[in-house]
Amino acid sequence: MAMTYEPLNTTTLTTAAATISLNSIPSTYTDLVVVFNGTNSANSESTLQVNGDTATNYSATIIDGNGSSATSYRYSTRSSIYTQVTGCGTDQYNMIFHLQNYSNTTTYKTILTRFNAASKGTSACVGLWRSTSAITSITLGNLSGGNFNTGSTLTIYGIKAA
Amino acid sequence: MGTTFVKIATATVGSGGAATIDFSSIPQTYTDLVIKISARNNETDNGASLRVYFNNDTSNIAVKELRAIGSTPASYSITYAQAGYVSANQTESNVFGTATVYIPNYTSSNHKSSSAEIILPSNVEFYSVLSARLWSSTSAINQITIANTLSWTWAQYTTATLYGIKNS
Repeated sequence: MAMTYEPLNTTTLTTAAATISLNSIPSTYTDLVVVFNGTNSANSESTLQVNGDTATNYSATIIDGNGSSATSYRYSTRSSIYTQVTGCGTDQYNMIFHLQNYSNTTTYKTILTRFNAASKGTSACVGLWRSTSAITSITLGNLSGGNFNTGSTLTIYGIKAA
Repeated sequence: MGTTFVKIATATVGSGGAATIDFSSIPQTYTDLVIKISARNNETDNGASLRVYFNNDTSNIAVKELRAIGSTPASYSITYAQAGYVSANQTESNVFGTATVYIPNYTSSNHKSSSAEIILPSNVEFYSVLSARLWSSTSAINQITIANTLSWTWAQYTTATLYGIKNS
């Protein structure tokens, strides 16, 4: 039976860190699912970069709910994908990323994100990385500074279509 | 390497209906849990609240909802275990709401954050809800209850399946 959600790598922070990276992602899967669960030292928005690209090759459209109002935002030509528009708070929160067809070398890459921090808000984001390169690494960061705290985890799963 | 998205249990409501759907004695050998739900409720309304709580604890919950109701988006802060709305008995026949709940690191000694997406597809009232959820307990999750409000019951053919995901 073909495997689903094959775990490729898990990083569990033993010290606080400003970024978490997953590198050397094999190109042999169809889609990727990346799951973050943890806490942050600052009430920061999270960012996502791929392949170490820090140029303004990213855009995102976000719908966000902070518990009192619903809003929609669009960012273009940024140096990362913003995963939400409110901070993450300081209690446990999670983010789930879907990267379909991540290893193709024909199209730009779309990244779907769900952000969930019950102390701050929830959002859904569609991000775009304007590159036809296959995705080989992912870096999670903090827009407003701060660190991902000890014990935070980032796991990447590969999914094959056949 | 074994399979990593594994069905742990499934429940289907019979002709008599059910007040709750329960998954108990959840094995502690996975990393994350996923619940897939198809539900309809006998509540006399256009939609019924679907609630998911852990270890029989209906307190210690914080939820931020983002709702799309027709053409109006809204957001709410909630202190009970609501995941969104599914079909009720005033929804047209044979229409069931669907939900997915993702619970990472369910055995950890940290508070438990989770994610939910739920849709009530109906010509009467269409709801789409995304929610961020936090159960402020350091206990590992060993029981999950799918409930609704007051004394209403889940209708026949309502199903829920619990999956386990391993990160190694």
